[in-house]
Amino acid sequence: MGLPKAVLVLSDGSFYVGDSMGSPHDAYGELVFNTGMTGYQEALTDPSYAGQILTFAYPLIGNYGISPEAFESGKIHLSGVVSRQFCSHPVHRDSERGVDDFLSEFDIPAVVGLDTRAIVTKVRSYGVVPSAIIQLEGRTVEEALESSRRQLKGFDYSNIDFVTKVSRKKAEVFSPKAHQKHSVVLVDCGVKMSIVRELVSRGCEVTVVPANTEGKEILASKPDGVVYSNGPGDPALMTYAVASCREIIGKVPVFGICLGHQILGHALGAKTYKLKFGHRGANQPVVDNLSGKCFLTSQNHGFAVKDIPKRVTDWLTNLNDRSNEGLRCDEKSALSVQFHPEAAPGPLDTRFLFDDFEKML
Amino acid sequence: MPKISSVKKVLLLGSGPIVIGQAAEFDYSGSQACRALKEEGIEVVLVNSNPATIQTDLATADRVYIESLDSRTVERIIELEKPDGIIATMAGQTGLNVTVELADCLKRNNVRVLGTTVETIELAEDREKFKELMLKLGEPVPASASCKTLEEMDKFVAKHGLPVMIRADFCLGGLASGIAHTPEEAREVCGAAIKQSGTGLALVEKSLGGMAELEYEVIRDSFDNCVTVCNMENLDPMGIHTGESVVVAPSQTLSDREYHMLRTSAIRIVRGLKVEGACNVQFALDQKTGKYFVVEVNPRASRSSALASKATGYPIARVATKIALGYALSEIENRVTGKSACFEPSLDYVVVKIPRWPFDKLYYSNSIGTQMKSTGETMAIGRTFEEAFGKALRSLEMRVDWRQKTAEMAELPLEKALAPSEMRFNVITKLLFDNKVDVAAISKATGIHEWFIQKIAAIVDAKRALARNEMATAGDAEGVLAARKAGFSERWICEATGRSAVFVRSFSKTHGLNPSFKMVDTCSAEFEAATPYYYSTYESSSDAVARKGNKKKVVILGSGPIRIGQGIEFDYCTVHAVQALREAGFETIVINNNPETVSTDFDISDRLYFEPLKLEDVLAVLAVERENLEGVIVQFGGQTSINLVNGISQNSGAAILGTSTDSVDVASNRKRFKALTETLGTPTVKSGMAFDAEEAVLMAKEVGYPVLMRPSYVLGGRAMHLAFDEAELREKVHESIMASEGNPVIIDHFLEDAVEIDVDMVGDGKDYLIAGIMEQVEEVGVHSGDSAAMLPSRRLSAAALSKIEDYALKLAGALKIVGLCNIQMAAKGDEVYIIEVNPRASRTVPFVSKAIGVPIAKVAALCQVGISLKKQGFSSFPKPLFCAVKAPVFPYSRFPKADYSASSEMKSTGETMAFGRTLDEAYLKAVKASGALPKTGKVLVRECGKWTDEIIAKAKNAGFEVISVDGNASKVASIAGIGLVVDGMIGCAKVDRALCEKVITAKIPIVNSYYGAMALFDAIASCGGYHQLSKADLSIISLNDANAQ
Repeated sequence: MGLPKAVLVLSDGSFYVGDSMGSPHDAYGELVFNTGMTGYQEALTDPSYAGQILTFAYPLIGNYGISPEAFESGKIHLSGVVSRQFCSHPVHRDSERGVDDFLSEFDIPAVVGLDTRAIVTKVRSYGVVPSAIIQLEGRTVEEALESSRRQLKGFDYSNIDFVTKVSRKKAEVFSPKAHQKHSVVLVDCGVKMSIVRELVSRGCEVTVVPANTEGKEILASKPDGVVYSNGPGDPALMTYAVASCREIIGKVPVFGICLGHQILGHALGAKTYKLKFGHRGANQPVVDNLSGKCFLTSQNHGFAVKDIPKRVTDWLTNLNDRSNEGLRCDEKSALSVQFHPEAAPGPLDTRFLFDDFEKML
Repeated sequence: MPKISSVKKVLLLGSGPIVIGQAAEFDYSGSQACRALKEEGIEVVLVNSNPATIQTDLATADRVYIESLDSRTVERIIELEKPDGIIATMAGQTGLNVTVELADCLKRNNVRVLGTTVETIELAEDREKFKELMLKLGEPVPASASCKTLEEMDKFVAKHGLPVMIRADFCLGGLASGIAHTPEEAREVCGAAIKQSGTGLALVEKSLGGMAELEYEVIRDSFDNCVTVCNMENLDPMGIHTGESVVVAPSQTLSDREYHMLRTSAIRIVRGLKVEGACNVQFALDQKTGKYFVVEVNPRASRSSALASKATGYPIARVATKIALGYALSEIENRVTGKSACFEPSLDYVVVKIPRWPFDKLYYSNSIGTQMKSTGETMAIGRTFEEAFGKALRSLEMRVDWRQKTAEMAELPLEKALAPSEMRFNVITKLLFDNKVDVAAISKATGIHEWFIQKIAAIVDAKRALARNEMATAGDAEGVLAARKAGFSERWICEATGRSAVFVRSFSKTHGLNPSFKMVDTCSAEFEAATPYYYSTYESSSDAVARKGNKKKVVILGSGPIRIGQGIEFDYCTVHAVQALREAGFETIVINNNPETVSTDFDISDRLYFEPLKLEDVLAVLAVERENLEGVIVQFGGQTSINLVNGISQNSGAAILGTSTDSVDVASNRKRFKALTETLGTPTVKSGMAFDAEEAVLMAKEVGYPVLMRPSYVLGGRAMHLAFDEAELREKVHESIMASEGNPVIIDHFLEDAVEIDVDMVGDGKDYLIAGIMEQVEEVGVHSGDSAAMLPSRRLSAAALSKIEDYALKLAGALKIVGLCNIQMAAKGDEVYIIEVNPRASRTVPFVSKAIGVPIAKVAALCQVGISLKKQGFSSFPKPLFCAVKAPVFPYSRFPKADYSASSEMKSTGETMAFGRTLDEAYLKAVKASGALPKTGKVLVRECGKWTDEIIAKAKNAGFEVISVDGNASKVASIAGIGLVVDGMIGCAKVDRALCEKVITAKIPIVNSYYGAMALFDAIASCGGYHQLSKADLSIISLNDANAQ
């Protein structure tokens, strides 16, 4: 009751008033939802959410607090959070603080106490939309709607190169504690640290390079393999990464994850398109078209690959909407997946893909 | 992949009578399996001794045998029916045990075990083999050993230390199990476990008590694809049986890493076991370190899988059945979203399950632990934990004296107050409200994760805030809304604010504080879904939009959690009503909150509201569905729905279908009923009413001792007592007054040596038909639910029978019965007396329906929407072709310290049914199916009053060696070799409690009625006496033959 209020405004003019939590300022972003029931900290620190306002479909967020072990990057990249309830008393041995406090530290606003199911239903029906979180301290809802109208109109997620914003500016090396077996270059389009951890745990010395690193520079370091990471935004804007990938492919083994998959797709001659509301959750079923086997995967993407050239294998398919989930091109030692084999958050069913990649090195 | 095409006929086992640890969940899974099989054009043969099941309907399975589930009987059925396959995993432990015993028979008859195999079952059930597999898979298990003797157990304890967890091998629901903290305790528990175990083995392991308990429901297909449908977190720590725990889904306190660590482990285990179908995996998680242990697996449908299905909307039994037929997960459709069943449901709500215990019936202690004692459970869905928890509590229909009990317990020293008991969460709430203990201390004392205690503290805070709420301004309305969102019922708001219900209702109306309804759709709204499955919450938008169209709607109220006195039979009736009305073109809407049952399968009705069955919740649903609403059916939900009749008619425009509200009142209001019987000239047993003890004494004098006293408007004979004199009356009447909650206590004269009769009938307001006149085997005074019943009757004179028919028709006509009606009478010689009329479904409806081959609940449902008996083609109901008997099943083995003597208080949890060529044979078969046949040829007969000599003579005639002990004599020296105990009859000296416990612990069957003892000995004599019993050629009669009228 006593809490300050904020309003979530959608570009179609609809709005939802709730409690203002996190940092009390206004924010703009593409409104998306995630259906995972755990893993809010991993999502908050996932650079792929840059430029988006994330609605958690699961109503209870923050139950087990914020742990130093569950960071996917050093900060929160998304623009704002929408939730039904934030836990005021998180209890977990690893927890250092609550989610509200965590958002405040990184200046991220949240609007809480909303009918998030209604919001998810809306996004599902009409697709992702530009949206804003506007503080209501000293403002009426009408004023808030008015003040956000113009900026919402001008907001175009697909035209912003978020990768440049979230990618490292300088290369960084991660070494295994012992038994280094391979050297891998990881192109950071907004990489989740779990990808680095998976590679390092398999004996790879991982050199994480900025997304705009040129192909010949990557090849010059003579890596055993190259990984294109996940990241935010429209893959069609990734011309520089696609160019470097095109240069590398066929010369060393390449593994693409999420945005990396879309970059590899473009490099191999496929196209990408925007999904109505994307795939964001921990329960997306994927079938291996070669073996018939099914996997549950963790996903976070708003675009998908299509028009796959004949010489490239349409390897994996989403069982829900039949969209492409993976490519392979064995002659060029390239494979890529739309989902997150590193999980975090989500099921660990497809971690073996890192083993498959390691075998190619 | 194509299904296994060679399979054309499948044998499906049921789980038998409802017992603690095996309840309605197996009718739910079995019925779903039947439908999944029939969709594939497969002929289904079903065996189950429990008539109150949907799976034993000929509309569900093709060939039905209501027969005992012993392996010999099932073997004979296999030889008769020659099925191609059998599914073992839909019938709980009973199904697994029988299938394992039948392994040779199955091979001999070329019956393929479909889905999870016998090898997998044995691997999962054999602790040693299972442990070996876990070690091979690298899964952590606690140190354990199987012990044949106490010495072996001592050795284990010496090596691994205390505390230890001890279980009986191959036993249901933690029977005879416990945690031992001292060497003495260990010897005591271990001794009992060895005795109770089917294999003579006690399983001893290092106790994981105090850790968090988590469960995962995994499905695996034969192509090794795996999904986890749901994970569930027990609020109560390890050491409290999961069936006794409050359970929440999904888990609330696990981090993503922990969630998936356990998920990955669960899948690894299920793959290691090669399960083909569903499997429940239980873990203990030490939340101080993050380390886990595998506790156990159940490679079958279970109580948890039923809960998981209802919690997520994912039909586990259906999918497991398709997998058993050879389908891959990816080939099976998720009919909710039209997507693949190869996915994991995502929830955007919280589910809470709370068990319902029979401590109000089997008093002695309300403590809970490693053994299951609860009879049923209720589930609630909310958008927050607080909301779901509050809704679950109010769905529970707690014992009437819970407030008083809570207050008493809260006064105890903390350790005792917070010891695991039925009332623990009430006590925690009270202690927090009184500021006696803080959250951390409660968490430490109970082992319940602090997160949950914090949530209860939030509920307590909301209550405090309400106490300050003036309920005047819009701001106050926001406060009330906040309380609503924290799960507060109207009644709790009244209590906290001191306002009346009328005031709260009008305030809520003024400020628009109405619940909205959200859909359970398996996917957190990610996809458009077609599930007609809803729950209420307090949010802006509603998914439950009344359907367009001209279809008339009928709302059918269910019966809530299963408890003694209100069992699965009401769910059976509810489902029948839905089926009949759907077929007749109505849109059917069910409100219920029992996750175990068939009625809450969202495939059954057109719409399911998973809600508490309290007036406000029902009214909220009626408000959504008001257009084209024909009315509400209240006859099939037991006392739960009958209690809502007045509230619904006074507060909504909805019509109560069936017998008029006024007639319902006549039947339950003693004064009005007495006046009616006087007008009709139907004799009644002398009776009166009293509000307090002094009135009761006066009334008892007037009606004449002995007297039977009972509260009015109360279910199944609770707090009902017999008194032979004033002293006894004074001793017992207080409890009946308490249970009456302000309503009067009824004092009846008690008829000795009479035969009690149950009459089930159907009326349409003009015509009335008798479906069955059942003779109770037990004497008057024994609760009808605890008595065996015979159809046709055999002790009634022709004159008495004709009076029974005459009175029944007169009463039904006078009350203008529309739908079902049950009349209880007593016959003494040619004289017949009316005991009571219940204008609703009775416990015997499934039994009668199956005996005569007419589903009378369906007929009754149609009568209630105006389709007359004539229109339905009934001018009379057929007579049964065979003799039919039902026999009760008692939960004593779970309550070794309970008193097994007969009383008017119902104690049985379920019943078996059998057909026979004679009543003797049917009786014998029903008793056999209930597991109560003598175990040896030696019976112990204690005092049986004036019947003692006759009973002993009959026992001897049946070939038994009789040990007779005078009830007043000192203790029975030994029960060694005794195969049956005859003791505890009404009106006899009190039972010897020490003997009672010994008999129960030794699993010796008990007969506690004069007529029951005689009927049993006569029946055994009729097939050649005890020594011929095992060779007796008992008939096997299919329901198809029995219903071939």
